[in-house]
Amino acid sequence: MPELTANLRSNVSLARRAWGIRRKALQMGEVQGQGYVGQALGVADVLATSYFHALNLRADDPEWEGRDRFLLSIGHYAIALYAALIEAGILPEDEIGTYGMDDSRMPMSGMASYTPGMEITGGSLGHGLGIAVGMALGLKAKGGDQFVYNLMSDGELGEGSTWEAVMSATQHRLSNLICIVDFNNQQADGPTRDALAVGAEAPKWEAFGWHAQEVDGNDLDALVAAFDAARTCPEPKPRVIICNTKMCKGVPFLEEREITHFVRVEPDEWTRALDILDAEVPA
Amino acid sequence: MTAAARARKYEPRRVPETKVATSAMIASLAAEGYDTVAAPFGHALVEAAKDDARIVGLTADLAKYTDLHVFAQAYPDRFYQMGMAEQLLMSAAAGMAHEGFIPFATTYSVFASRRAYDFICMAIAEENLPVKIVCGLPGLTTGYGPSHQATEDLAIFRGLPNLTILDPCDATDVAQMVPAMIAHDGPVYARLLRGKVPSVITRYRPDYQFELGRAQMIREGRDVLVVSSGIMTMRALDAAELLAKDGIDVAVLHCPTIKPLDTETILAEAGKGRLLVTAENHSEVGGLGEAVARSLLRAGVTPAFRQIALPDQFLEAGALPTLHDLYGLSTAKIAQQIRGWL
Repeated sequence: MPELTANLRSNVSLARRAWGIRRKALQMGEVQGQGYVGQALGVADVLATSYFHALNLRADDPEWEGRDRFLLSIGHYAIALYAALIEAGILPEDEIGTYGMDDSRMPMSGMASYTPGMEITGGSLGHGLGIAVGMALGLKAKGGDQFVYNLMSDGELGEGSTWEAVMSATQHRLSNLICIVDFNNQQADGPTRDALAVGAEAPKWEAFGWHAQEVDGNDLDALVAAFDAARTCPEPKPRVIICNTKMCKGVPFLEEREITHFVRVEPDEWTRALDILDAEVPA
Repeated sequence: MTAAARARKYEPRRVPETKVATSAMIASLAAEGYDTVAAPFGHALVEAAKDDARIVGLTADLAKYTDLHVFAQAYPDRFYQMGMAEQLLMSAAAGMAHEGFIPFATTYSVFASRRAYDFICMAIAEENLPVKIVCGLPGLTTGYGPSHQATEDLAIFRGLPNLTILDPCDATDVAQMVPAMIAHDGPVYARLLRGKVPSVITRYRPDYQFELGRAQMIREGRDVLVVSSGIMTMRALDAAELLAKDGIDVAVLHCPTIKPLDTETILAEAGKGRLLVTAENHSEVGGLGEAVARSLLRAGVTPAFRQIALPDQFLEAGALPTLHDLYGLSTAKIAQQIRGWL
């Protein structure tokens, strides 16, 4: 029986965790006046489910050998992961004000050498899943029962290296590998679906031999069910959860804004966004 | 394509009177007069892995052509076939290094340096992971043309922080660099000589031991100092024998670690008033020659300086001996060039 997950150790709801992640990401965005806040708000529910339902970890020992590995392939989502790591108690909350500053442990793009809990240096897109394959192979060779989670973006589906890793994970029957795709349909130049021939996502992964699920990535119950199914699937295959998320989720005036890779937030709007969150604190 | 190349493409050719075969990719490097050792890399890795469970081998469909098949046969459970996917090869090797393993990842130099660079850079070098990248067909060691001739691999990799770069000369270097790579806590790119690899250096220096980061004098000489790496040390030693017959005394400083360069030894030897000739199986751009020149200039040591290297061109296809002669890497051409410079 694996170590109790953070969620099971506490009575804080996932909704409250997701709220906390959104709030902390906005606070960091305010520090710099910018950041990938739209992505962070969109992926907050996925991270809440990962860190407070699925992942086996020890907040006081981020490099504990028995932990599940969580790779942030999308390095620019660092603001979201920092928020989750603070929420999980791996990073201290009082460092929020250092976000993106000189000498901060929370640089704008995620790097393994800067931040406790950041497993790899992401940011060059299309790297995470291949590294996850190597980690999953390594854990199997050591006889460990840990999972490797790789969080990637829909844009990374355009990278050829992603598909090298997809095929390899099937070849090596990596049942300890869970890939999470944050499908917000937004990459730097516009909608992901307009950029490369993405579509029919779950059938595509299934055709490559994966256990594939597609869920509403802002529905916590659906996410919990999907993560549970991915963790308990008895077949010796890698697993993917394609999470359809909404950029800026939880802050309606930002949700309605013309969504771009970098959502525009005016200086006075950070407080407004935080006020909206604070008006409805989940139980 | 140049106009000259385009015109030549349409010139009919006749069957030559003497048959010269293109060197196959699997062929060992011809080295007349030297004893050879079979697959020194593969056997050294098997030996090192006996007492070190951290060592694993990964390849991108080139185990047989990088001598990793020897390891795969000895340790099938520690060998990972990653398929024809070099980006994955490097990423997965990084992942295994994260889990405490010391992965040896093999492919050809062209594929590692050109296709997988970003993955070596960000997944391996930036995190200073102990992945050992061992690559066949370095420089001009195949007649298959630019798709397989890694004439700029050193130039590509020299700019990469944290990466140690090795260019071994012979079977002794190849075998002894394996434990040295394992002992080094960081990523390494090593040019590989495979198949039947000549034993060269111990003929001149029976006590020779490869040391990572160290250049070593293999042959003393009063008139010329050749600073060389890889197979060019063998060629320089052979050329020195030829030149000795003309009364020209050539020293050969073997520099199998390209980065970090043993600047101290090079500067000490360069300051003795001899013509300094660098010799490398690599483009004249960005390899050993430029690295040595930079060290000399920065230190204010300025001997007469010449460079033996491949031209800044995509090279011809054909038989290897012909190509080495054409581009100045053959023993005869080295001797001829040095005579002309004196």
